[in-house]
Amino acid sequence: MTLRTYVISRIVLTIPMIFILLTTVFLVMRVLPGDPVQMHFDKMATPEALLNMRIQLGLNKPLWAQYVDYIVGLFRGDLGKSMQDYSSVGQQIFSAFPATLELAISATLIAVLVGIFLGVESAKSYNKPKDHAIRIFSIVTYAIPVFFLGMIFQMVFGVWLHWLPTGGRITPGVVPTGLTIGSLHIQTGLYTIDSLLGGNLAQFFESIKYLFLPALTLGLVLCGIFIRLTRTNMFDTLRLDFVTAAKARGLKDTTVTYRYALRNAFLPVLTMMGLQFALLLGGAVLTETTFSWPGLGRYLVDRISFRDYTAIQGAVVVFGLFVAIVGLVVDLLYAYLDPRIRL
Amino acid sequence: MDKNKIKKGILLTIIPGFSTLAKRRGLAGKLVIAGAVLTSAIIIMTLLSSILAPYNPSTINVGTPLTPPTGKFPLGTDDVGRDMLSRIIAGGGVMLQVAIVSVVVCISIGVPLGLFSSHTGGAVDRFFSLIMDSIYAFPGIILAIAFSLVLGRGVINMALSIAVVYIPSYFRMVRSQVFSIKELPYVEAANSIGAKTRTILRHYILPNVLPSIIVVATVNFADAILTAAGLTFIGLGVPVNVPDWGWDLTNGRRLLPSGAWWVITFPGIMIILLALGFTLMGEGLSELLNPRLEQHGDKT
Repeated sequence: MTLRTYVISRIVLTIPMIFILLTTVFLVMRVLPGDPVQMHFDKMATPEALLNMRIQLGLNKPLWAQYVDYIVGLFRGDLGKSMQDYSSVGQQIFSAFPATLELAISATLIAVLVGIFLGVESAKSYNKPKDHAIRIFSIVTYAIPVFFLGMIFQMVFGVWLHWLPTGGRITPGVVPTGLTIGSLHIQTGLYTIDSLLGGNLAQFFESIKYLFLPALTLGLVLCGIFIRLTRTNMFDTLRLDFVTAAKARGLKDTTVTYRYALRNAFLPVLTMMGLQFALLLGGAVLTETTFSWPGLGRYLVDRISFRDYTAIQGAVVVFGLFVAIVGLVVDLLYAYLDPRIRL
Repeated sequence: MDKNKIKKGILLTIIPGFSTLAKRRGLAGKLVIAGAVLTSAIIIMTLLSSILAPYNPSTINVGTPLTPPTGKFPLGTDDVGRDMLSRIIAGGGVMLQVAIVSVVVCISIGVPLGLFSSHTGGAVDRFFSLIMDSIYAFPGIILAIAFSLVLGRGVINMALSIAVVYIPSYFRMVRSQVFSIKELPYVEAANSIGAKTRTILRHYILPNVLPSIIVVATVNFADAILTAAGLTFIGLGVPVNVPDWGWDLTNGRRLLPSGAWWVITFPGIMIILLALGFTLMGEGLSELLNPRLEQHGDKT
């Protein structure tokens, strides 16, 4: 199989998966107890107003027609109108998304860096106390509720030490502007990058200060799997002939470990990054809630209390698409890096 | 008779496991024992809570609200003056119930479905695999949120919402095992003497899959506990008038600015310990059943 056919077949396989997701979410949201329209008016509306609202939201049509509307809308990027404030759900999600992306990227970075470092250390001292300690640490990370770790960090670094803010993304009211060159305007919505693009270092450090605790919380909770993976792979790799040969030639220990052995052990870590992505987003929902981080997860949780089903549906769909696309990209990257996959 | 076979299968897995654990070098055996001790201790504590708890965990104003840990209240009191120690002792019930129900539901759907699907093969298998893979790829807590919105609140409903998320783990594991087991000579032999599909699945394949089911179940227990805590945290918990660690932890979040660390720390630690107990067991068991690293270790 050439890389091209692999890419095409992998993309084709993703499509039914996305359709199953979309259909499930649609059906689940339709069987929800309670009539959202009635709930919105708090039982004080005239029958005409109720009907009007129903027509406006398209809820008077038969189920299949609603389904068609929903799928067609999705293709046009239209996720419907919020049942709480009638604004476009697509727009709200679009503006919340960069915050989640920023948190996800920085948490992955922390998880991978901490995971690889501890995994390598663990493999190097196999079955010694250091190895055991690191393994126990990695097991404990599985058992920590992410929001609990977040609250502990808030307590220590926010309430007691006053070092870091306990919630939000940046000083209220500030939005990093990004870069404008002539008519070209670059704004990513990632505050750290936008403030750098705008050349505002104070804003950059400010956004790092807000980002640090949420990213650390999520990163630490996710690093366990990377520790374990790196440990297993490094354990095997460190005993291969080429590593022994490199050592025999008198190369420095760190050079051998990180430049020779780790390169070989990295592919599985990459795959795991793809697989972990769903877990990462799940964790992000709770982390965002803990730190009032204004991302997609926080949006979802906020709308739960209003029973704003269009918004919930939209957020769930976007999360699903996000996972599917990242899974696809990681698989393709993997196929590109490791030719054996394509065989 | 079937039940006896299954029981025997479980015992055959567990008993030699435990008896050789003590003799094993390395961490695996110790992990299983530590995990088993930890979980049983918590379960016993929860069951005996009415005897062990110094105060009624639901009575308000047994002490001044937000008293830090002192001699009279070793773990302090919460914002309405309830004794935290008593709430810790009694607060595991809801989570344990949710976890147990969800694991039972998962096993009783995921395992038969996996056996059936992989043994039937063809389009049926592809259909189920696609659905299971789609669920598996999705962020668990978000799926659980969607389902608990549909099902409403309550122990059983929460357990079902969580079960939906973890059924694919069993399905996928059983399926991959069946594919390797069904090629083995003894299954082929059973086939050739004309044994029924049902018989082969139940008596020849299932006992071999059991050890892996136990490993997945321990991990599932830990995950179910964490997901239950997560659902409670975002306001989709079981509305109960009995103490619950998840609820206390969530309640403590409001009190964070006041610096009342004891209201969140102790329930949080209890949730960690419970999840940790199951994780340790799963960790150890899977290493004992699949001792790749250990063999390497012996060689060097």
